[in-house]
Amino acid sequence: MAQHSAKGARFQAVTANRLTDGEVVYFTDAGHWSLSFSEAAIADGAEAAEAVLARAMPADFEAHVLDPYLFEVLQDAQTGFQPASVRETIRAKGPTIRLDLGKQAIAS
Amino acid sequence: MYRYDEFDHQLVAERVEQFRGQVARRVAGEITEDAFKPLRLMNGVYLQLHAYMLRVAIPYGTLSSKQMRMLAHLARKYDRGYGHFTTRQNIQYNWPALDRIPDLLQELASVEMHAIQTSGNCIRNVTSDQYAGAIADEVEDPRIISEIIRQWSTFHPEFSYLPRKFKIAVTGHKNDRAAIKLHDIGIVIVKNAAGEIGYEVHVGGGQGRTPFIAKKMSDFVPAAQLLAYLEAVMRVYNMLGRRDNSYKARIKILVHETGEEEMRRLVDAEFAKIEASQMLTVPQEEIDRIAAYFAPPVLQELPATSASLDSARASDSAFDHWVTTNVVSHVKSGYGIVNISLKPIGGIPGDASDAQMDVIADLAEAYAQDEVRVTHEQNLVLPHVKLDDLKTVYDTLLAHGLATPNLGMISDTIACPGLDYCNLANARSIPLAQEISNRFADLDRQYDIGELKIKISGCINACGHHHVGHIGILGVDKKGTEFYQISLGGSADENASLGDITGRAFTEDDIVDAIENLVASYVDLRHNGERFIDTYRRVGMQPFKERLYAE
Repeated sequence: MAQHSAKGARFQAVTANRLTDGEVVYFTDAGHWSLSFSEAAIADGAEAAEAVLARAMPADFEAHVLDPYLFEVLQDAQTGFQPASVRETIRAKGPTIRLDLGKQAIAS
Repeated sequence: MYRYDEFDHQLVAERVEQFRGQVARRVAGEITEDAFKPLRLMNGVYLQLHAYMLRVAIPYGTLSSKQMRMLAHLARKYDRGYGHFTTRQNIQYNWPALDRIPDLLQELASVEMHAIQTSGNCIRNVTSDQYAGAIADEVEDPRIISEIIRQWSTFHPEFSYLPRKFKIAVTGHKNDRAAIKLHDIGIVIVKNAAGEIGYEVHVGGGQGRTPFIAKKMSDFVPAAQLLAYLEAVMRVYNMLGRRDNSYKARIKILVHETGEEEMRRLVDAEFAKIEASQMLTVPQEEIDRIAAYFAPPVLQELPATSASLDSARASDSAFDHWVTTNVVSHVKSGYGIVNISLKPIGGIPGDASDAQMDVIADLAEAYAQDEVRVTHEQNLVLPHVKLDDLKTVYDTLLAHGLATPNLGMISDTIACPGLDYCNLANARSIPLAQEISNRFADLDRQYDIGELKIKISGCINACGHHHVGHIGILGVDKKGTEFYQISLGGSADENASLGDITGRAFTEDDIVDAIENLVASYVDLRHNGERFIDTYRRVGMQPFKERLYAE
């Protein structure tokens, strides 16, 4: 698994892909998987992040989602939390070349 | 075109049902992802950033109109209304739901197509020259031996668990349009002094993180012995190829580490054993049976020129440009080979909508002997079109955004899906291709620049063939931000060469200016009639580099 958080990253969230259709999903505070990044549980600090990841991976997680992992999130005064990398930004929205596809199409 | 026999039908149908059961058990939670993943990959199903991706094989890039219509139908019914033609002459769907893929594959099988061996460590879809059977001076239609190789390699038990994937390309023409020297095995069909057809076999080419031009293993393998020779190469690779390190597992590394001479000795020794058994001599009647499927179409006897074409060219300059750029001489007088550019200015290289695929299928049926070809440069071809029909074909293509007259020009870029879709990518490729296309949109300027092949990959795996671009661009990731590294002087044709890296990488904001800088250098440096690649080979890196990195 590639590294999706910089060393010393403060905020992280857990993402995966849904088994049936591959949709990007995020693990929420309520303990379920959401299609929206805005509902992702944001962990502050490495220990909290590992705890969220552990909650996201119960024995039967594989029946719903594939390969949960932590990725870095940045806090922005204007926009709130946003994925840190281009990759996770694209996963959260959709292809930058087809704004009519992916989550960004549903949101607009 | 090749038509499935009963065995082909049976094995594809059985595979669909087998996969249906596997998907059902996976969705029901009866098998783990670890168990399921290799099974889905064997059926061309990848997991990408946003969704599953299905890669459908288009053997040697040849499609009938019926098959093209099916690809359009699948895009509409199971995907988001488009497909992406790849550098492997395949098509990829970017959004199919896992639980619907078995139905998709079943429909696909009804037109004799599948997604088998489009992934995994096996012999992949055989690729070939998009002008097969249509171009002058061809030694033999490369699809005949490509089909024989396809049948031999499909589900070959000995070669189902190779150290790594394995790609074979075939050309029957001295002008290589199949990039055969960048394949694990590249085959050139040749004729010896006695007039017999045989095969020049190149081994150990490839791109990826460690690119190599293939080494010529044999000047002439007689026709009946080709499978024995290929099996000998495969067997040596299967025994000695590295399985300890996936980055070093391709045959190119084995050839490099073993040395060309020793590799040839090993292959020849194995070949002698297989030959002695006579197990793999292809019976002439079987060769003839398959060759009959690729018999040249029955074309009319026509004069070499067409009055209606000449008058249409005289009265419509855009059409005239298109004929000059996108239509290639056909072996048969009075016919032309039509290239359909899937690189509209500012568009996504290789993408076609369901409606466009239907239009192309209709044109193929009405005007091109029912055939469409896919090129490794992500364009399509109507191989046999009457010169008299070119204007009608053009008008229809134009009405559907398919008549961009830019074949081989700077906007005819190869680009992998990149970070917009791909789970392996480090950077986006497509937006860069679009920006370059927009920057050089003016066709007069493109024609003045002339042949210039830009190839863009979003990671070191090099699906976008950046190593062999006249200008190659490699996307790299630096702490979550995209950067682009440039290489110059690559080529994928019969004079294949690997590009040289210019130096430090450029940001997303600077890269298009950098390309413009290189083009300006070329225009200043070129001699009359010299292409970019010729100029580069004459003057070398230094003059380009000095201007590129000048403060």
